[in-house]
Amino acid sequence: MSAALHQEAGSTLELSGIQAGYGDFQALFGVSLRVEPGEAVGVVGPNGAGKTTLLRAISGLIRPRAGTLRYGGQDLTAVPPHMLPGMGIAHVPENRRLFPHLTVEENLKVGAFTKAARARFEQRREHVFELFPRMKQRRHQLAGTMSGGEQQMCAIGRALMSGPRILLLDEPSAGLAPLVVQQVFELVRRIRQEGLTVLIVEQNVAQVLRVVDRAYVLETGRVAAEGRSAELAADPAIRRSYLGGH
Amino acid sequence: MDPFFLEALVNGILLGGVFALPALGLNLVFGVVDVVWLCYAELVMVGMYAVWFLHTQAGWPLWLAFAACLPVVALLGLLLHLLVVRPLLNSPPINQVLATGGVLFVLQGAATLVFSTEFRSLGVDMPPMEVGEVFVSGTKLAAFVAALTGAGILWAFLKFTYVGTAIRAIARDREVMPLMGVDPQRIYLIASAVGGALAGLAACLLVVQLDVHPFVGLSFGPITFMICVMGGLGNMLGGFLAAFLMGLIISVGGFWGTTEFSYVVAFAFFILVMFLRPKGLFAR
Ligand SMILES: Nc1ncnc2c1ncn2[C@@H]1O[C@H](COP(=O)(O)OP(=O)(O)OP(=O)(O)O)[C@@H](O)[C@H]1O
Ligand SMILES: [Mg+2]
Repeated sequence: MSAALHQEAGSTLELSGIQAGYGDFQALFGVSLRVEPGEAVGVVGPNGAGKTTLLRAISGLIRPRAGTLRYGGQDLTAVPPHMLPGMGIAHVPENRRLFPHLTVEENLKVGAFTKAARARFEQRREHVFELFPRMKQRRHQLAGTMSGGEQQMCAIGRALMSGPRILLLDEPSAGLAPLVVQQVFELVRRIRQEGLTVLIVEQNVAQVLRVVDRAYVLETGRVAAEGRSAELAADPAIRRSYLGGH
Repeated sequence: MDPFFLEALVNGILLGGVFALPALGLNLVFGVVDVVWLCYAELVMVGMYAVWFLHTQAGWPLWLAFAACLPVVALLGLLLHLLVVRPLLNSPPINQVLATGGVLFVLQGAATLVFSTEFRSLGVDMPPMEVGEVFVSGTKLAAFVAALTGAGILWAFLKFTYVGTAIRAIARDREVMPLMGVDPQRIYLIASAVGGALAGLAACLLVVQLDVHPFVGLSFGPITFMICVMGGLGNMLGGFLAAFLMGLIISVGGFWGTTEFSYVVAFAFFILVMFLRPKGLFAR
């Protein structure tokens, strides 16, 4: 069944020396990062660190001013953003950004817009319904009328409809009740068990370190630390700043 | 009920059907591209000339002239987007309005140059039909049925196709669309062509009821804009319903007074709505 989700293992995502910002404002100061096929990688850091900016730069929603950005052999800065889903890169944006006035199923349909995805719409929709049975119950409901957790599931489901090999997730747990946060992370775990590569941005450091293999700590646009999840979770400085530890 | 009053009601609904098409087209383009086509009624005017020319001058059968009118005006919508709107997509709205307003005068001027200001009539009419105790113009009834058919096809397109669903989505959130694999520029082009085709269909329905001249757009353009604003600019269903409301007001107003009086009533109603519900009748 996981064949419905993705065709092959995918490629390495590699950022090197990425600088990006908005107008005169610079948000990223030379960020380097690497995600191997099949890996789950986290990016953690405080408000305004540049986590969202990083994902937006990968997706081409903003263009880096300097640095290289490659997926496999491809220079992503030369690819128009709407071509990325076709290349196997899907992005679940910050605040979900569902189409609230469309039904759940219509949201999934927009997620399957590319030619290749249309051909496999039914197959992938069934897979999404399997992952999120709640979506099947609510398929004809307007997305905007659902709870925050359900909307997050729908947003992830919408991204899966393009059949990605790598999923970029921007704070999927933001604004959700603790129990629902658990469910979302459980889902991320399942998605990666199916072989998907995951790059996840989170402020919920304790939780995300339990799901990912490696993580980067981003502070004011710079990578302040990186390492395997267990190492980071044990690092005294990180415990002090992010895990409320001692 | 007074059969003449009943007739005014029926005519109002028929008129509403014809107003509905340009209202749908204008709202579609505005909702997707976020630019008001101030020259929309002039696209309809060009379509009316196309039908008149092909039928009376080139001798094409009427149905063929109608069938050609839709793609011709759709192409015009496409060109309008490519040549005028697209270069101004990131400009202030006032520049966009001035540019499409400029096209309005260009089209009026071009029509005057090519066809002169003479009123041109298609010279076709269908016999009136008697429904119960009410006489209904066959032409108006046919135009109404065609308008509803066009609106129904548009609805199915927006509801069931991938592109139609993307059109409804982009009207709400433009920035996120590339993440769905959607190229907004392509959706803008499609919406502009569909908006043009709707103007083309409206032209077919109007040319059998009105003589065409370079300024014929003035007789339904302002009403169309009022309808769109009343229904909530960009709100297709709101515009559709407002079209029937406006049709009824004009028709019933004309029953109690003159046609000119009925337009005064319609305009007064519009101003009243703008005072009470500035975001449109159907805004939440
Ligand atoms: N559209 C924008 N225009 C100007 N500045 C922006 C814009 N978006 C973000 N910024 C600024 O860029 C910096 C990085 O923002 P970004 O959204 O990437 O942070 P973040 O790590 O995602 O934060 P959060 O955890 O709050 O989502 C912040 O200082 C922010 O104010
Ligand atoms: Mg963010």
